[in-house]
Amino acid sequence: MELTAPTTRSAATGWVFKNKWLLLIGAIVVGAIVYAYATNDRVTVAVLASTLRQSTPLILGALCGLIGERSGVVNIGIEGQMLLAAFVAFLANVYIGNLWIALIIGALTGALMGALLAFMAVTLKMDQIIGGTVINILAVGLTGYFYTAGLVTKGKFAPISLGPLADIPLIGPVLFNNPPITYLAIILVFAVHYVLFHTRWGLRTRAVGEHPRAADTVGINVFRTRYINVILAGAIAGLGGAFLTLEGVGSFERLMTNGRGFLALAIMIFGKWTPLGAWAGALLFGFLYALNTQLQFSGVGLPPQLIGSLPYLATILVLAGFVGRSRAPAASGQPYETEG
Amino acid sequence: MSDNDAPIVLEAKGITKQFPGVLANDKVSLTLRRGEILALLGENGAGKSTLMNILYGLYHPDQGEIWIKGEQVTLHSPGDAIARGVGMVHQHFQLVPVMTVAENVILGAEPAGSGLHLNRREANQRVRGLSQQYGLSIDPTVEVEDLPVGLQQRVEIIKALYRNADILILDEPTAVLTPQEANELFRIMHDLTERGVSIIFITHKLKEVLAVSDRIAVLRGGRVAGTADPKTSTEASLAELMVGRKVILQVDKDEARPAAPVLTITDMQVRDDRKHLAVKSLSLEVHAGEILGVAGVQGNGQREFVEALTGLRAMEAGQVIIAGEDATGKLPRYITELDVAHIPEDREKHGLVMGYTIADNLVLNRYYHSPFSRRAVLDRDEIAENAAQLVKQFDVRTPSIYTHASSLSGGNKQKVIVAREFSRPVKLLIANQPTRGIDVGSIEFIHNQIVAQRDAGVAVLLVSAELDEILSLSDRVAVMFDGRIVKTLPIEEATRERVGLLMAGSEA
Ligand SMILES: Nc1ncnc2c1ncn2[C@@H]1O[C@H](COP(=O)(O)OP(=O)(O)OP(=O)(O)O)[C@@H](O)[C@H]1O
Ligand SMILES: [Mg+2]
Repeated sequence: MELTAPTTRSAATGWVFKNKWLLLIGAIVVGAIVYAYATNDRVTVAVLASTLRQSTPLILGALCGLIGERSGVVNIGIEGQMLLAAFVAFLANVYIGNLWIALIIGALTGALMGALLAFMAVTLKMDQIIGGTVINILAVGLTGYFYTAGLVTKGKFAPISLGPLADIPLIGPVLFNNPPITYLAIILVFAVHYVLFHTRWGLRTRAVGEHPRAADTVGINVFRTRYINVILAGAIAGLGGAFLTLEGVGSFERLMTNGRGFLALAIMIFGKWTPLGAWAGALLFGFLYALNTQLQFSGVGLPPQLIGSLPYLATILVLAGFVGRSRAPAASGQPYETEG
Repeated sequence: MSDNDAPIVLEAKGITKQFPGVLANDKVSLTLRRGEILALLGENGAGKSTLMNILYGLYHPDQGEIWIKGEQVTLHSPGDAIARGVGMVHQHFQLVPVMTVAENVILGAEPAGSGLHLNRREANQRVRGLSQQYGLSIDPTVEVEDLPVGLQQRVEIIKALYRNADILILDEPTAVLTPQEANELFRIMHDLTERGVSIIFITHKLKEVLAVSDRIAVLRGGRVAGTADPKTSTEASLAELMVGRKVILQVDKDEARPAAPVLTITDMQVRDDRKHLAVKSLSLEVHAGEILGVAGVQGNGQREFVEALTGLRAMEAGQVIIAGEDATGKLPRYITELDVAHIPEDREKHGLVMGYTIADNLVLNRYYHSPFSRRAVLDRDEIAENAAQLVKQFDVRTPSIYTHASSLSGGNKQKVIVAREFSRPVKLLIANQPTRGIDVGSIEFIHNQIVAQRDAGVAVLLVSAELDEILSLSDRVAVMFDGRIVKTLPIEEATRERVGLLMAGSEA
């Protein structure tokens, strides 16, 4: 945290220098978007809007993962949390018929799964990989058992247009004409960033994830901090699941998360356990999905299998290229022993 | 400013704490008066850290009462102790490496008044204010992992002061400090007592106890073995009270009979973690049957030098010959196989596998050889027998050989490493701070072992920040300054003053 630079000017140039690669990539991306928009505005808007929506469950999952790990709990059960939340939110929509209530129920389902993970990881001090696997298996089992075909809902979330903002060319239709969970995801990216890096709670959470004994010695309750974080993170994963059934597809299918929960973990690592970095990762993958759809739609002469494998190839490249240079919270995955 | 009428600020009454297989504290009673420095002495594993952790609320006593400022208290967590003005600097620092100094200081007691928002500017200012007020200079914005241990220590003290601690527990604060840093710490301690702070000070260095304390309490085997007055005590009398027998503080050794060189280093260059040249052209030679002591203020490249020598760090340039073989840039296993023993500086990081049992830790350097391993299968009986014998021989205080290394006391961890490294015949022994955190009785034992190795024809390279240790063990003294050996002296010429001057960088 570069807070005490002698003058504002040198702070600003210092910031630019420190982030030169980021700025360069940003400039290239913006340039490419503007160029594409000038060439074909309709397709560009469609692809970018789709990018944002495809990225929504991914960033929600990644936020769940990184909040957990920042507090020292590895969560590989995101896939299961999302799947079960998608299912329960769907059922709520079917039987209650109110999308907002269904959304809340979806988040609560995720939170409940988070509580289960926290119980296994923090209280029982179980191996956290096993704990996450338990959740994944549980979710597949429960949704498979209770799923009945032919349930119909009373619809899904429609885009909400943000008045005059939505009329700005390019930016308007992409950013300001979205359904609610997509807006919520963007807000959450910034909210989680703020909480983690600019509040007491965030400082304490990160301390617990890096060095729980040190946190304990200054009077921070390690167990409580981990419980609260893992439960809140679960609620966010729940939103990601609810997105699939309440905003994306509008109905439930078996195993419909389709690996997004695991991809979210890759995105979390890509983003070096930061919300903004993870958002960049989620947008990258969202873009690949969107591009994939667009390419198949416009019938480019490439085999669809090849195009379909793009996101997965990208996962491998991204993880191979970036993981080596980032560092996980030091105590992530380790149970805390009070008198150990 | 010892004052027998000063009010009692902290009192432990009959504290008992049982760990699996060990009675760490057995009805311990202790009082601390306002404005005094109470030194707490005791052998490794005597229960000092345990008692302090109980007074700090980190461990919970099985029995006994704690009174703070005239009030009986139950400490559920360190938060309760902090709220009553107790601060503690732990034997192993409790700092978050990736956070800044200021963040570490305010953690858990962040400045209020701005709602949820973390006010880093104010945090930095508070740290600057404290560091000026107490003369503890430090930059609040650097990350702790970039600080040398001496400064980390300072952060720990600022942490306690920030919380307005007026009862300060210092658990072996000087173990990792240079003599200069230790003197600085004593100055600060006196400063604090002048302001009414009361201090419990744990150390194994008896000189320090006599120099700074107002009163001395000694623990032995979990019990209070007695108290002493520093004015009427000597190092020998304290050692006897601690260990329960006479301790010979002088090393008794014959003339060395050096033979052929075993270790030859020419023009070694090594970079530190920040890629700066930490070792700049270092050359030395150690002969069979002699002890070469490398003296120097910590941070002059000793760590990088030893790490490069043992294969733990890449070498930039130069050559290392061990027993006639070229060991330049070889892997640690290769170097170990050249009959080299290594006692590393950082016992927690490079010396032990914390999650392994003592028995397994004791064969880390040769588990893959017979008799411990037969056709890739470990022989558990042999490993256990080896452990039982070494634990006895080196007096490791542990309930069982199957105890995890992590639950040993600091000094007993060190003994396990020493036991392992001395347990097979070697040609070269590299000992980096071999007695850090070890009690006087065990230091005597380890020093005798090192001399016995020398007499058996082993070449010994001793690196230590303790000038006393260097001067009492070495046959020749090499002084390291700024990444170089600035001078090598025969022990007869190595007076305390001369070596001290060389260590400070002035040519003598
Ligand atoms: N968390 C723990 N679990 C089990 N046993 C422990 C634990 N902590 C300490 N012990 C045991 O309690 C005894 C006292 O340990 P303690 O750390 O208090 O010793 P100490 O006096 O501080 O020694 P040193 O000078 O080596 O630091 C030792 O036998 C140690 O093995
Ligand atoms: Mg101790």
